[in-house]
Amino acid sequence: MVDVALKPTLVKQAPRDVSAWDRLKVNRNWLGVWFMLPAAAFLILFLVYPLCYGVWLSFTDARIGRPGVFVGTENYEWLWGDATFWLSVFNTLLYTGVASTIKFAVGLYLAILLNQNLPFKALLRSIILIPFIVPTVLSAIAFWWLYDAQFSIISWSLRHLGLIDHNINFLGDVWNARWSVIFANIWRGVPFVAITLLAGLQTVQPSLYEAATIDGATPWQMFRYITYPLLTPIIAVVMTFSVLFTFTDFQLIWAITRGGPVNATHLMATLSYQRAILGGYLGEGAAISTAMIPFLLAAILISWFGLQRRKWQQGENND
Amino acid sequence: MTELLAASDAISKRSATVDHSEGMSYLESLPRRLVTVYLPLAIIVGVLLFPFYWMALTAIKPDDQLLDMDRVNPFWTWTPTFKHISKLLFESQYPLWLWNTMLVAVSATILSIIASVLAAYAIVRLRYRGAQVVGGAIFLAYLIPPSILFIPLSTVVFHYGLFDTPFALILTYPTILIPFSTWLLMGYFKTIPFELEECALIDGASRWQILIKIVLPLAVPGLISAFIFCFTLCWNEFIYALTFISSTPRKTVPVAIVNEFVDGDIYRWGSLMAGALVGSLPLVILYAFFVEHYVSAMTGAVKE
Repeated sequence: MVDVALKPTLVKQAPRDVSAWDRLKVNRNWLGVWFMLPAAAFLILFLVYPLCYGVWLSFTDARIGRPGVFVGTENYEWLWGDATFWLSVFNTLLYTGVASTIKFAVGLYLAILLNQNLPFKALLRSIILIPFIVPTVLSAIAFWWLYDAQFSIISWSLRHLGLIDHNINFLGDVWNARWSVIFANIWRGVPFVAITLLAGLQTVQPSLYEAATIDGATPWQMFRYITYPLLTPIIAVVMTFSVLFTFTDFQLIWAITRGGPVNATHLMATLSYQRAILGGYLGEGAAISTAMIPFLLAAILISWFGLQRRKWQQGENND
Repeated sequence: MTELLAASDAISKRSATVDHSEGMSYLESLPRRLVTVYLPLAIIVGVLLFPFYWMALTAIKPDDQLLDMDRVNPFWTWTPTFKHISKLLFESQYPLWLWNTMLVAVSATILSIIASVLAAYAIVRLRYRGAQVVGGAIFLAYLIPPSILFIPLSTVVFHYGLFDTPFALILTYPTILIPFSTWLLMGYFKTIPFELEECALIDGASRWQILIKIVLPLAVPGLISAFIFCFTLCWNEFIYALTFISSTPRKTVPVAIVNEFVDGDIYRWGSLMAGALVGSLPLVILYAFFVEHYVSAMTGAVKE
């Protein structure tokens, strides 16, 4: 019995020529190259190359159907003196700043509410995520209808409650349009912030709150000195994503206002679409896109430092 | 082994999400909770859901009630009609757009998952030279938004001869999906015990066999999460579809609704809302079945 079992092993143990090919087949780096190939092909062909090409385009006078020639910083100089471009920068900063702040505040509040002991908690959580599931454009169209100048149900309700005496012109007035799209963006973004922060809240040890209660802490103190510090890392990441995607938002604006009235809601992304694809000035549109990159880099750096801080915190906790 | 892992996973999940707050909630009386918890919660949930209610109601309201808000209460209808929806499904190209969206979403998702599984496995387990750096680079790729890429990409897509074909979308969507799902799957693969692979290596399995026969069956929840999330992202994508597709029968639902339904018709709202409702339903149904996977995908990607 033992002999039978040993024999094949012995045969295998006999010295055998290990060719270079056999070595290569188990080599980590060689296998790594093959495993990475599909993902790398996609990302290089359709992400890295276009990214670099976009920066190059911004220095040319390319139009649709005509390859451009290098014109130096002419596009940027032109944009520098373009009031519409600066208006779109202002709009983008306002949109990102206001929407992200409110999304964070409401999202955190909602997360704290959901973290309580509630009936039907799981169901509630699923329902809250629905605005995030439904394609943005489709819910934006619902908002477009809600904001209709004549038949808005919001105007109707407020009129019947006696709060206003004529319909609100949601999308026709400069500031009304801005607040309207900001509200739609907040509506869409709150569930994401709330559910991710809720996941962070659930990892906070309840014994910390019990200890704080015994020490006589107020709810605000518990939030300020327990919840907030422990949540900081996840807040950093969530808010980076939130800021990034708000800053580069396109579809919500395009579905509701298309940048109107009088460019009051044009973001940098919608303006670049209008100039490059509808207007045909690819170079100029690419310059607007490229001008967004510094802002994105700033957001990424903030995220990076947020993550760093998290590592440092974890190290301290382990001690 | 699989059952054991699944069980331990379930236990750790339960202990992570179990609610300890009961211990202190007796400190708050019911009326107080009503004002501090239930009321704000009800308001927020109401605001979050109202647009959908309004969308659904508009989609089934008869035309004469749509715009006449004084004769009948606009918040309800006693005479629902499926006119808008049937008109949408049988008299427009809507089914075609739905099919386009589905085709693009499923193909792009499958391509991305295959590429991501290979990449994530290589980064986490093969640990080739520079794997850490590549992992970081993939995270950075996640942060590059489509709205700064679409202009150069439109030129690139045109040069590759893909303009106005479904391939323009099937091949560009993975750039959004791969970074996300690779990141998600890396987290999942890390939780699979290394010892299993070592055993398989000793038994003479190749890396490919290990991936197919050991790692993937254990990572099924992660694969489902990645699949659902990618599918939703594809369905949601707008700017590439708007830029790369020009002929009406090839459009996807979001683009077609924005471009094709917006005519001067004052009664267009019924069909617009029906279009939005029908376009959202597949995702909502899918989501209803896989809520937990969806949430874990969303929070998993942020956490790690």
